[in-house]
Amino acid sequence: MNLTIYVWRQKDAKDAGGFEKYTDECKGISEHMSFLEMLDVVNDRLTEKGKMPIAFDSDCREGICGTCSMVINGRPHGPWKATTTCQLHMRAFKDGDVIYIEPWRSKAFPVIQDLIVDRKAFDTIIQAGGYISTNCGSAPDANSMLIGKEVSDSAMDAAACIGCGACVAACPNSSAMLFTAAKLAHMNTLPQGKPEEAQRTLSMVGAMDSAGFGNCSNHLECEAACPKEISGQVIAAMNRGYAKASFGKR
Amino acid sequence: MNLDAHIPEGPIDQKWENAKFKFKLVNPANKRKFDIIVVGSGLAGGSAAATLAELGYNVACFCYQDSPRRAHSIAAQGGINAAKNYQGDGDSVYRLFYDTVKGGDFRSREANVYRLAQVSRNIIDQATAMGVPFAREYGGTLANRSFGGAQVSRTFYARGQTGQQLLLGVYAGLSRQIKAGRVTMFTRHEMLELVTVEGRAAGIVTRDMVSGKIESHAGHSVIMASGGYGNVFYLSTNAMGCNVTATYRAYKKGAGFANPCYTQIHPTCIPVSGDYQSKLTLMSESLRNDGRVWVPKKKEDCGKKPSQIAEADRDYYLERKYPAFGNLVPRDVASRNAKLVCDEGRGVGPGGYGVYLDFAEAIGRLGRPAVEGRYGNLFDMYQRITGDDPYSTPMRIYPAVHYTMGGLWVDYNLQSTIPGMFVLGEANFSDHGANRLGASALMQGLADGYFVIPYTLGNYLAGQNPKKIDTDHAAFKEAEKSCKERIDTFLAIDGKRTVDSFHKELGKIMWDHCGMARNEAGLKSALELIPALREEFWQNVKVPGSGATLNQSLEKAGRVADFLEFGELMVRDALERDESAGGHFREEHQSPEGEAVRDDENFAHAAVWEYKGDNATPVRHKEPMTFEHVKLATRSYK
Amino acid sequence: MNWFGRYLKSSVGAKHVMAVTGLLLVGFVLQHMVGNLQVFAGQEAINAYAAGLKKLGPLLWVARIGLIVIFLVHIASALRLVSLNRAARPVAYKMVKSERSSFASRAMAMSGLILLAFLAFHLLHFTLGGGPLKTQFNLIDAYGRHDVYNMVVLGFQKPAVAISYVVAMLLLCLHLSHGVTSLFQSLGLNHPKYNGIFNLAGPVIATLVLVGNCSMPIAVLAGLVKATV
Repeated sequence: MNLTIYVWRQKDAKDAGGFEKYTDECKGISEHMSFLEMLDVVNDRLTEKGKMPIAFDSDCREGICGTCSMVINGRPHGPWKATTTCQLHMRAFKDGDVIYIEPWRSKAFPVIQDLIVDRKAFDTIIQAGGYISTNCGSAPDANSMLIGKEVSDSAMDAAACIGCGACVAACPNSSAMLFTAAKLAHMNTLPQGKPEEAQRTLSMVGAMDSAGFGNCSNHLECEAACPKEISGQVIAAMNRGYAKASFGKR
Repeated sequence: MNLDAHIPEGPIDQKWENAKFKFKLVNPANKRKFDIIVVGSGLAGGSAAATLAELGYNVACFCYQDSPRRAHSIAAQGGINAAKNYQGDGDSVYRLFYDTVKGGDFRSREANVYRLAQVSRNIIDQATAMGVPFAREYGGTLANRSFGGAQVSRTFYARGQTGQQLLLGVYAGLSRQIKAGRVTMFTRHEMLELVTVEGRAAGIVTRDMVSGKIESHAGHSVIMASGGYGNVFYLSTNAMGCNVTATYRAYKKGAGFANPCYTQIHPTCIPVSGDYQSKLTLMSESLRNDGRVWVPKKKEDCGKKPSQIAEADRDYYLERKYPAFGNLVPRDVASRNAKLVCDEGRGVGPGGYGVYLDFAEAIGRLGRPAVEGRYGNLFDMYQRITGDDPYSTPMRIYPAVHYTMGGLWVDYNLQSTIPGMFVLGEANFSDHGANRLGASALMQGLADGYFVIPYTLGNYLAGQNPKKIDTDHAAFKEAEKSCKERIDTFLAIDGKRTVDSFHKELGKIMWDHCGMARNEAGLKSALELIPALREEFWQNVKVPGSGATLNQSLEKAGRVADFLEFGELMVRDALERDESAGGHFREEHQSPEGEAVRDDENFAHAAVWEYKGDNATPVRHKEPMTFEHVKLATRSYK
Repeated sequence: MNWFGRYLKSSVGAKHVMAVTGLLLVGFVLQHMVGNLQVFAGQEAINAYAAGLKKLGPLLWVARIGLIVIFLVHIASALRLVSLNRAARPVAYKMVKSERSSFASRAMAMSGLILLAFLAFHLLHFTLGGGPLKTQFNLIDAYGRHDVYNMVVLGFQKPAVAISYVVAMLLLCLHLSHGVTSLFQSLGLNHPKYNGIFNLAGPVIATLVLVGNCSMPIAVLAGLVKATV
């Protein structure tokens, strides 16, 4: 198939950036290609012409590392539900389509180059408390703590987050609540995480707020965009937990 | 080259205890004076960095990804082995040890493997304490499943995302140490050179992949946990960024590289669909628990739809040839048999490189909801990638490069031949021999990082002077200069071909001549093709842009340049190892039924390569592998 | 109180502020509507109700001030959040495709601001007695009470006034349909068992308010409720 793509090109963080249109480079695209393989082909053709290839993040290309990050025709990770960009295939498009490709847009995710953004803010949120303070070597036997299947499964539902940032990209307010709440739900649901629950909740929300993300107004675009289908329920749990921690913790 | 493995005294089950007791300890007040460099932030590197920081060392950790949590350990699906015997089905440390040595086709070091089996149990405890949500039974105890190559249920798992959950656990611990200021994390940094001072590892030179800055980092010890080199084949299940540069640079600085020819081919991957393919996607091996592998009995049927092929015309070749293990034979056996039937012309799908993995029987026996519950996410993934519905038509699978057992040589203490440089996880060679069992990679990475290096590193550092190492030393300046020159050279070539085109061509040479099956003629021809391709690369590669910004072509150029040298070493190793063992199958050495035939008399050793200069042939050293506990036997899964 | 300030300023605290003030305002809207619906019960009923409210004296002022404070907090907090949210995305997308959010949820700031303008208009009409309805405002009934009944009826007999009220109620309906459902989520009430109820609460209450409040101007316009002067 032949496509027209408009890609956000920006040399570095300081550059103003703008869209570039590519048509010649997008001819003869196979429907079996993944979206990123389509960009690989475009990049090969650009390079052969002596132009700078489009910079974009990707690594595992199997939907788990959370590196790939682009807004495709107004949807983070493109049109397929529960699918990261790397697993989106060109079958989703048809001959003659026009595709807009943009980076995640958020003050907390500054553009580094073209479609690559800096998502350190997510790491900062985790560093604020997204862990259980246990040193290596002091763990009791794993079966000494019984954890019901339902509890474990619900922690796992939240823990499936790959930290890609699609929630922030999709949120009209560019809020990071789904990410933060998913991480909190993972740790706070498990008995191992209970002792630090209140402090963790306060610290991680604090870190999220300082990072420059917007606020949640319950649009739940995050839930719809999440490639791992994390439920907006985790945000409600965080809202509850935050009040409990604020009013309850000494 | 000194290849003393420093295996501790005593009976095998006492060795690690004895070693730990004999190790010298570092004074707690001195620990923070020691700077430790960790290259890589996956299960091995991340757990090592976090644990060493907990102990009080001053750690700097480097990764090329934008966050340590994205290391490729994240992609492991199936699970992690541990000799917990929670199921009471006859498992034990000794059995896990036995299975691993046997599964490795008797090319691993017994003492290391035994220790791995011992600490496997602590890993589950540690990971659980860190909040890893392993699958549970309704009663609240941990659940297990069985995995290829084992007859007991010892695999712990977190849905199909065990690697992800373990890595997130490691990353959480690492994040805690970063916050505490005991680990300095350098993301989007790529190690380009190892620096040695007076024969000891003293630091590394990195490139900041955003600013392009070349920087030196000094340390009293360098821990390499940079993963495997499967991307030498271009197409593999590895992440796009996985590369050999860190370990290869260390090799060029004097570290022995052991058994580079041992590569594992994973039997259940989605077949290649075209030239544009950038990577291969693994479908968890757990699928083989319920899926049946078959191809048509007759070549003429290959073009037909699978539903049109009668039951009697199907060849369930694994069940036929290996009645005891059936579809659950080890990875190398399953892979080779797939190649065998495809080479006979009985492969299915475009290009004829695929076999069916059929769930019709399982759906009939268990019902669709049960199959959905077990494999739903994998089936969805398969459908997204191929457009086929695996509930109604069999999956097509084909083997793909997945893991590399070879790596930098290390002794029992995980120290390489360069004093002060330790190698963990997939980057070292030690535990899997010639073939790795399923669900053992996660185990080894975490064993090395959580439970081995914290002890062995202390023993090394106790003998070192904690005085700061200065990056103004000539060795650093020289390494920085050579990195800069190399980058300038890439940018100046301005040829006609993209870096990827060279990588693809190299990958094809490697796959055709040094892939699932190898032979002397093929390997010899690869030894001519690779240098020629390398020559062309340095004449005709096109790397646009500059070195002073983020430049993905430049990053790739550096990695491919190293692959172009490393590939040759791998082929050389495969040529010299004139036997079949595990993931290394030499067509000259097979039984009449096509099984691998080892030559224990001449090759029961690790081949360790020593770099002798760009224009000299590397030297092959041997570390003999002796087997006191597991009797050398022909692996049989019949 | 350090912790309380931090709580209020935090993104989650701000949601709670919006939810709690919103909840109180919804309560007011419902109570206000029920009171006003007495217009259908005739002049005596509603005039007596209004006179009763007036008799509360200082209490009425407490209630009024409370209401004003709640309003101000709701509005100020909303404006703060909107400006923070704008700042959080300095470069806009070229193309946005919404999937889950509703028109109501995206239009909260717009509907809220227009409602604020309407509120000023409404207070001017029926509380302060200014603007085009000045004459009706000063009517007194047979018992010497403020003639709320005729004030309302005569006011709504002007089609422009009646229509402006209907339009405002459509906006309020929009605002509440997201706002009410949303406040459950903000206060942490989200459970698969009860989400059906939470999700219905917004549209149901919003429709109730729309129908109830619009019934008055429409009934007057249709001549179903007539003036007695």
